[in-house]
Parts: sequence; C-alpha cells; structure tokens
Amino acid sequence: MHIDKDLVAASATPLVLGILADGESYGYAIAKQVTDLSDGQMEWTDGMLYPLLHRLERHGLIEASWGRSPAGRRRKHYALTAAGRAELAERRSQWEVVAATLGRAWQSLAAPSGPAAISPRPAGGTA
Amino acid sequence: MGDTALEAQIDRWRDYVRRHRAVAPDDVDEMTDHLRERIDDLRGAGLDDEEAFLVAVKRLGRLDAVSREFAREHSERLWKQLVLMPDDGTTGARTPWRDLGVLLALAVGAGTAVKLAAAGLDEETFVRNAAFLVLPFLAAYFVWKRRPPLRPVAVVAGSAAVACALVNLYPFAPGGSTGLLAAAHAPVVLWALVGVVYAGGRWRSPDRRMDFVRFTGELTIYFVLLALGGGVLLGLTAGLLSLVNVDLEPVLEDWILPFCVPGAFLVAAWLVEAKQEVVENIAPVLTRVFTPLTTVMLAVSFVVLATAGGLTTVDRELLILLDAVLVLVLALLLYSISARDPLARPGLFDGLQLTLVVAALAVDALALTAMLTRIAEFGASPNKVAALGLNLLLLVHLVRTGWLLPGFCRRRRGFAALEGWQTSYLPVYAVWAACVVVAFGPLFGFA
Repeated sequence: MHIDKDLVAASATPLVLGILADGESYGYAIAKQVTDLSDGQMEWTDGMLYPLLHRLERHGLIEASWGRSPAGRRRKHYALTAAGRAELAERRSQWEVVAATLGRAWQSLAAPSGPAAISPRPAGGTA
Repeated sequence: MGDTALEAQIDRWRDYVRRHRAVAPDDVDEMTDHLRERIDDLRGAGLDDEEAFLVAVKRLGRLDAVSREFAREHSERLWKQLVLMPDDGTTGARTPWRDLGVLLALAVGAGTAVKLAAAGLDEETFVRNAAFLVLPFLAAYFVWKRRPPLRPVAVVAGSAAVACALVNLYPFAPGGSTGLLAAAHAPVVLWALVGVVYAGGRWRSPDRRMDFVRFTGELTIYFVLLALGGGVLLGLTAGLLSLVNVDLEPVLEDWILPFCVPGAFLVAAWLVEAKQEVVENIAPVLTRVFTPLTTVMLAVSFVVLATAGGLTTVDRELLILLDAVLVLVLALLLYSISARDPLARPGLFDGLQLTLVVAALAVDALALTAMLTRIAEFGASPNKVAALGLNLLLLVHLVRTGWLLPGFCRRRRGFAALEGWQTSYLPVYAVWAACVVVAFGPLFGFA
C-alpha cells in the first residue's frame, strides 16, 4: 500500500524513537524493523533515514557511537537519550489522541477495502 | 569472481556518493554498511549479485534527494565547499563571472558614492552616513543574487530610508553624544537589514540566521586580510615612488582609499559567497586559538579591575572599552558556535568555551556594577544609558549561554538548543540599536 509521504515523514520520528526505546540499534536494522512492524506495508526510502537520524542526534534525542559489525565493517550505533525518552512519551500521547479521534470519526464507516489492517501485536510498548 | 565484480560496483557507488558535497565521508561509510547488509539479505533470498546490488541501490532512494536532505540538516557542510550550492534549482545556470561582473559594478557604485560624499559633506556628516553609502550596494548584490520576494525588500529599503532620514534630519547638537550614539548604532540596524536580504527574506529561519552569522565572521576575516595585503602593497608603492620624489599621498586620500575600502568590503563579501577554501580551514583554528587567549585576557582584566578598588572612579573610557571587549567575546562565541560541527561530541574546546563565558560574565558583572554606581552618583546620560542597555543585553545572552553549555558538555542537551538560543536572541540587538537611533535623540533633547 502506498502511504502518503507527509504521513510517513510525520510518523518517522516517533517510530525511530520507539524502535530505539527497545535498545541500541543501527540504520539498516531500524529500517528492517519498520518493515517488520508494518508487515511490509510501510516502505521507507532507506537513504532518508540517515539525515533523520542525524537530526535527532543534533537535537540530543539519540546518541551515536561508532562500532564494528560482526563482519568487521564500520557501523554507527544509535541509542535513545533521556531527552529522547521524554520526547517519545510526548509524541506518543499526541499520536494516541490523533488515532483515537480518527477512530471515533470513522466508527460508522465500513471497514476499508484493500489489504487488511495490521493486527495489533504485543510489542513492548512501542506503538 | 562474482564477489570482486560486486566489490567493484560498490566502490563505484561509493565514489559517486562521495561526490555529493553535503554527504560526509562518515555518512558514506554508514550508508555503505546499509547497502551491504541489504545486498546480503537479498542474496540470502535468492537474488544474484547483480540483482541484489540494483535493488539495494534503488531502495536507498535517489541520491540527489537524499543529498538534499543531508544538506538541509547540515547546512554548515556546504560552507566547506568551493562554490555555494544554489538555493534552488532555478539559479544554478548563472556563471560565476557574471556574478563577479555585477559585484564589481556595485563596488564601483559604492566607491563613487563614498567619493562624492567625502567631497561634498563635512567630516561629521560623512562619518554618520558611511554605512548608508556602502551597505545598500551590498544589499543590492544579495537582492540580485537571492531574488527575495518583493515585500521584504520593500520593507528593508523603507526601514533603511527611515533610519537614514532620522540620522540626518534629527537636530543633533554638533559633537553631542546622542548624535554620536545614533551614528554608532545605525550600522547595526543596517546590518540586520542586510541580513534579511541575505536570508532571501526568510529571516525567521534559524538556519539562515546562523548562515548570516557565519557570513559576518568570514566577511570580517576576508576584509581584514584584503586590507592588510592592500596596505602592504600601498606602502611599498609609496616607498618606491618617494625614491623618485613622487608623493602618493594626495592620490591615496582622494582616490585610492574612497574606492578601495568599500570595494574591498564588497569583494570580501563576494569571496565569502564564492567560497575560496583557504579561510574555511583557518576559521576553526582561529576560534580555537583566540578562545583561550581571550579567556586569559578577561581573567586578567577582572582581577586588575576588582583589586583596583573604587569602581566609581573608574574612567568612563574604560567602561566603553569593556563594552567593546564583551562585544568581541560575544562575536567570538557566536562565530565558534557557527563554525562547530553540530554532531561532534562535546570535548575540551566546549569546556574552554564555558570558561570563556564564565570569565565574560564576571567582567560583565563588574562593568554593570561600575555603570550602576556611576549612574546613581552622576545621574543618567545618553552614553551611560546606551552602555548600560548593551551590557544588560550581553548579560542575558551570556547567562543563558552559560546555562545551556554545561548541559551540552554533560550531554544532557543537543547542540541544537545552544544554536537555537543564539539565533533567536540576535534580533534583540537590532531592536535595541533601532531604539537608540530612534528614541535617544528626543529622549535626551538631542544633547
């Protein structure tokens, strides 16, 4: 399913912060997790992830450190900071309001056609 | 066999990415890691090397778009390059020579304006108007280069005209301090207006403001370098000519200085825009050398002043000098912040900067005490109120910076908070300068 690019852009920050809330990670793993979490329905332009990660780093929401991949390549790891955790909580409550409002507004409509909605999964609080 | 072909393809891809100016070598490594992981996964899913490479590259997206996104996040990186990237795709076609031609024509215009004014006006009026003679030409260059929307240009031109009219039409007493203060503060107002044009009208954007800070710092350095070189050249020429009994001085005063000084200023601005790389490598070095030196100088001044006793007897000139020192400290601070890589870890230099801010705060507190006691004892005068106002502005700026810096050093905060404070506070200085120009004359009876 094609998702509008403004919507992708708006959800990117809370999504990345949410993924990093589960622990340190790196670019490719984050991109892959987005695909997994959305059952392949959200496809990012992979390259765009990096400017975003740098922006979050500059704002002190995440912290980067260079390490090595198992194959010995240079790899940049990102971890959530305390400020990032606070930002995530804030974003999450905003999204919950939006989602709840949309849910109520669309209550009376028929279920959407096309690919089935993603079933809720018991992920570790990173909706 | 297959692996070497794949490696060669990855290498070619890396070379191609590296050519994008906004993408740093570290970013290339980071994205290469991504590319290799993706290729491995795709090969694991049954694709051959060639297919896996193509799909992986495609999934990274169009590099131009990715590079533009990097540029948006790291506008400071573009400053390191030889030629500034055009703001949008439409202005890219102009040749640098045409740019230089327009600039030189404007420089001749500024020179002519200065020459005519120097010939026709008395010295006090000339000094008062110097900024109004040169800066409009610089603003015109940026209007030509950036093509900002008409409205901000009209507002800028209107405000400059009002400032010029006030400075010249107010009935200032000859040699009085309100006239001098207006003359000293009008260039600050004008410079802020140049900033609006420089930003292409987008003066609210923090990034554009930071760019203007960078531009100001680089312009100063280029201008000083040009002035030094020109001075040496003129001195040698004058020496040679004096050997054959030709006196260069009348020509120097009448023609060379009126044309060369504004000309050098505009050419310096063009150089900063066209970005000759030499100074870029010097800027971070300069700030690193002068930050500790300035801290030592502030500490010495503080100790000497604090132990000299009797701050009320402190000379008025010393207070003006202290204000100048603090303005310089602030310029140094702003320039170092604008030249710093926002992603670099907080390090020793940030600690040094904190020391500088603390030392500046101590000296500022001292200057403020001296000023307040002087005002209490001798009453307010235009000079004292102007100095006090500037000092209070500096104090607020430094206190907040001193509050944010430790947070950044201890990694509680990102660099963005520090940058954001600097850029959002800058207009306050322009507003204050405008107040001095507009209100001080009427308030103090044009004394």
